[in-house]
Amino acid sequence: MAKRAAPEVNAGSMADIAFLLLIFFLVTTTIETDSGLNRKLPPMDEQEQEDIIIRQRNIFTVVVNKYNQLLVEEEPTEIQDLRQMAIEFLDNGGGQGEEACDFCQGKRDSSSSDNPQKAIISLKNDRETSYKVYVAVQNELVAAYNDLRNREFQRLNPMLGMNFVEANKIYNDPRTSTNEKSALKPKLDEVKNLFPQKLSEAEPNKN
Amino acid sequence: MSKFKKKKSGDLPAISTASLPDIVFMLLFFFMVATVMRDSTLMVSNTLPAADQVQKLDKKDRIMYIYAGKPSSRYADKYGTGGRIQLNDKFATVEEVGAFILAERASKRQELQNVLTTALKVDGDTKMGLVSDIKQELRKVNALKINYTTRVGDYRQNMN
Repeated sequence: MAKRAAPEVNAGSMADIAFLLLIFFLVTTTIETDSGLNRKLPPMDEQEQEDIIIRQRNIFTVVVNKYNQLLVEEEPTEIQDLRQMAIEFLDNGGGQGEEACDFCQGKRDSSSSDNPQKAIISLKNDRETSYKVYVAVQNELVAAYNDLRNREFQRLNPMLGMNFVEANKIYNDPRTSTNEKSALKPKLDEVKNLFPQKLSEAEPNKN
Repeated sequence: MSKFKKKKSGDLPAISTASLPDIVFMLLFFFMVATVMRDSTLMVSNTLPAADQVQKLDKKDRIMYIYAGKPSSRYADKYGTGGRIQLNDKFATVEEVGAFILAERASKRQELQNVLTTALKVDGDTKMGLVSDIKQELRKVNALKINYTTRVGDYRQNMN
């Protein structure tokens, strides 16, 4: 009985098979991550809702109607001007005495906000408002806060060589080391305290 | 004289392709690991609005997705052209959002249950009424961290 040697398997087509699989995975891969505007909804507690009296001058009203038109502080406005108007409102610093704002660079107009901690932006939209316009308005209001926070962050931390948004991005990156995070956190919190994001949303009109 | 004359071998030796499968396999494994397949097929049109003040949504395991928009053309006869909500693989009503969030939350690991974010992937042409209804439902089940998922771009693209 002669021992027959097993014939060698031809591996020449291995590359072809691998290429086929490779191309399949190349096509189905989605590496990109989603991004968007992070918001926090107000909690729903029906019990005690004490009314806090807020001075009219500390409220910046933005209304979007069902034709996607903007009404800012009772004035019809184009969205291009919204960011600048919000910045002027937040940065006004018209308060006196205890409510004075020492870092504000605004006009100190007595008919606008006292200080950024007091300033509230109130956003109201209609049920027929288009979502993309709503996102654009949200985007501009967040941009106003980010602009001011960037300014303060760079003023307080000139050595860091980055602005608030970049620092926040590094802070939220899961790859950042804990040491770096704990170094960044107080700096970020300080700026967030100077310009707290007080964006209130009214429930939309029912009609 | 022939001492310095190189022996002419004529043709070039063929490059060995024996390691080609290895290289391809390496690439293949990379893409296999990096691939995240879409787990739900979109049944609504989903052109996200543009925004530029965006934050990244890392860590896919902490995110619950809610889609909304017009039913895509295949489903338009059956479901109409008004805005609809899609949860996982089927259309849903506003009332079902709460139950969906609770079920999703229960399926996540214990330590993640408090840090979940709800990503709202809503078509740009949807009316805000639907989005407000979703938001009310989210407030009822205490899912307060939301993210309006957008694509990165200038906000002026939204205005036309």
